[in-house]
Amino acid sequence: MRQHEVVIIGGGLAGMRAAQKAQEMGADVAMISKIYPTRSHSAAAQGGVQAAVSENDSWESHAYDTVKGSDYLGDQDAIEILCYEAPGDIYALERMGVIFNRNDDGTIDARAFGGTSVNRTCFVADQTGQVLLHVMWEQLLKSGLTTYSEWFVTKLLVEDNKIAGCVALEIPTGRVEVFRAKAIVLATGGIGQVYNPTTNGLVVTADGQALAYQAGATLMDMEAVQHHPTTMQANGVLITEGARGEGAYLLNSNGERFMEKYAPNMKELASRDVVSRAETMEIREGRGVNGCVLLDLRHLGRDLIMTKLAQIYELARDYANTNILEAPVPIQPGHHYIMGGIKTDVDGRTWDITGENRWAGVEGLFAAGECANVSVHGGNRLGGNSLLDTIVFGKRSGAGATEYANSIDWAPISEDAALADEESGIKAIFDRPSDGLRSSALRFEMGKSMNDGIAVFRTEEGMTQTLNTVRDIKGRFPNVSVQNKGRVFNTDLLSVLELGYMLDVAEVIAVSAINRKESRGAHAREDYPDRNDEEYLKHTIVHRGKNGDPALDYLPVTMTKWEPQVRSY
Amino acid sequence: MDVTLKVKRFDPETDEAAHFEEYQVDLPEYGAVLDGLLAIRDEQDGSLSMRCSCRSAICGSCAMKINGKSRLACKTMVSQLKELEGDVISVEPMGNQPVIKDLVVNMDMFWDKVNAVQPYLRPEGPVPEKEYLVSNESMMELAVAMNCIMCGACVSDCTVLEVDKSFLGPAALAKAFRFAGDPRDGHKEERLQLYTEPNGVWDCTRCFMCVSACPKDVAPMERIMDVRAMAMEAGLVNTRGARHVDAFASSVKHSGRLNELNLALKTFGFIRAGIDLAPMGIRRLFKRRLPPLMHKKIATAKNIARLFDKLGV
Repeated sequence: MRQHEVVIIGGGLAGMRAAQKAQEMGADVAMISKIYPTRSHSAAAQGGVQAAVSENDSWESHAYDTVKGSDYLGDQDAIEILCYEAPGDIYALERMGVIFNRNDDGTIDARAFGGTSVNRTCFVADQTGQVLLHVMWEQLLKSGLTTYSEWFVTKLLVEDNKIAGCVALEIPTGRVEVFRAKAIVLATGGIGQVYNPTTNGLVVTADGQALAYQAGATLMDMEAVQHHPTTMQANGVLITEGARGEGAYLLNSNGERFMEKYAPNMKELASRDVVSRAETMEIREGRGVNGCVLLDLRHLGRDLIMTKLAQIYELARDYANTNILEAPVPIQPGHHYIMGGIKTDVDGRTWDITGENRWAGVEGLFAAGECANVSVHGGNRLGGNSLLDTIVFGKRSGAGATEYANSIDWAPISEDAALADEESGIKAIFDRPSDGLRSSALRFEMGKSMNDGIAVFRTEEGMTQTLNTVRDIKGRFPNVSVQNKGRVFNTDLLSVLELGYMLDVAEVIAVSAINRKESRGAHAREDYPDRNDEEYLKHTIVHRGKNGDPALDYLPVTMTKWEPQVRSY
Repeated sequence: MDVTLKVKRFDPETDEAAHFEEYQVDLPEYGAVLDGLLAIRDEQDGSLSMRCSCRSAICGSCAMKINGKSRLACKTMVSQLKELEGDVISVEPMGNQPVIKDLVVNMDMFWDKVNAVQPYLRPEGPVPEKEYLVSNESMMELAVAMNCIMCGACVSDCTVLEVDKSFLGPAALAKAFRFAGDPRDGHKEERLQLYTEPNGVWDCTRCFMCVSACPKDVAPMERIMDVRAMAMEAGLVNTRGARHVDAFASSVKHSGRLNELNLALKTFGFIRAGIDLAPMGIRRLFKRRLPPLMHKKIATAKNIARLFDKLGV
């Protein structure tokens, strides 16, 4: 058995930032990641990170843009913390080594992005996430953080509704071990592979959301799933919002800049939900090009493209056979992000410290980054706010977990029982016939169904069909088999475990989405096209009920200074 | 598009040796080699192991040898390979690193070498309240090296590592450049000392393999040359590599050709050259390949010297 006071699960930006903070505060901390940390999907964030660092900007303006972007579903106390702490955290990252693009006076430059009233997005060309991720990783090499890379967490151990530790499988050897911990921070990222296609990497499989849900914590606003306006048709890979931030146009088949019609002021730089809906309308009404619309960068010129958007020049060339210097690239909305996640307070706690039990949680369990929901993104996230979320709330949850761990004793833990349980679970999968159901087939079926029913526009009928499909797949899941029955780097087995996580989370997304009978942010319903503040200005919360099904409830939205208004761009 | 993939398989729990297996897959027009491998794993043989995630050449997971060259599977388009290199595509694990299973290698040595170059900023002096004020150009020069996604393709194809595992290697040394060149770092000289020690930048043989393998245009060898130049500029001229460069240039400048004997003496010093190079000298004597003891100028040596003068070196 291994033992650390604080265990961080996930080695992306949020996890590394949490680990760094905990280490700074003197905690005995270790980070577990199912991949080597630099492989984390934070690296794929291209365009930048929001922070009011410019002289003509203020954190209040950032906060207002974020509240409006969230379609008033974001908790305003959390949004204020996010935006207030943003500049300090960005400067801290710069001092750690991030090579931000600069203004002539040497200060950090900022570019335009969707839904922001001023240029606020700090960036490193179009590889911001990669640079942030690598710099955080450098810092952890410097401090000598204990890291368990390529360990897959299969279960959280909970005693008397308190965290006792977790069980993890070392992928290269197949060995199972128990990790004892006083506090655990989940920082496992999004749910991408629940959808097909998605911009997210193949490792993004809703692990943390499912671990928390299975352990008794609450998932909040899981219907808030974002489709990014510019993804490539062939494989769903992202083209950064930075392209439109730098001035690229969206065109329909008639060559019209159609966003002028949908968002007369902000045009291409309206928030993501608005642009994705507009694109879908154009395609539906016959003004698309083979199911896409066109992103035109030609007028930006070679110099700008090759210095600030070099990565997407390559991506468009490789995956869409398009030279963006000479031709517009076909793009379409595609799954990108989930605003919903594990319900936490502003210090990452998953449980209600008021003692009023307003939501179900697990004491000692924390969450940060995309797997968490603080909630700063509400119904729709602004571009550049996700990197910021990982940095600010990663740090705060690392601090929260350390303080908590310092305040309590070790919970009892039964290592032998946990190991025996895990081994028998693996044996049960290995014992099924090798030629049985394949996890890949079920994953594909789930992904298609989610993308058909719960995407840019949604209807009761479509969502119900998706929920039925997901439940049907859940029914077949216990028969899924593996062809590889060895222990060394068995990705066949991992795929089964990951599918189990994703099915639980897919079901919660569908149940939450059907339940919200209004349109808000990314949740746009054709049968309820308007926002309904009277009935639905509240968070959807779900925990696993006694019978194993999702149990729904609500929490009020925290308002500080911004009353809901009509949202137009 | 029908494709034949010949994949090197090895399962340490059941196989004594690695072997190739052939698979036929049907891929869309813009399919990458990774799509082919995923199709095998999802539809034919779930036991195939590899690392992969982002599918867009940014996570660095899927470097492997494709038709013998180290590349990212997600960035290597099948249609181009078919057109340029033939119908059957071979896929093997990376080189210079031990295989764990199938296409997965143990990268511990890779990470240890990166860690050995102190790959983190170490500023000195007063800490600014906000950011360090530096020029955009100085940052964007580092962006070339910051492009590195730590995939290991360069290390896989490095010809020095093939014969000498103690070489720090192209990825680690490109990372070294990123810090030695950062105006915010306060330990440039100490770094350059470290990077010019044996196993460092002077051990690169300039074979260009890492430049052609790198999927992100980091051109690690060029970065190694950058560090060499920085070291010479900083006055670190008393290393074997620096002496070798000086002796080489001086010989050509003064005689128009290389004085091999003198090069060895100047690079290694009289005593070390005698001890280290004597066995090779004796082998070469028997093969009648010993350089002439009397070094002669070429007829047009003056012209060569003039070229050097013109270049100011």
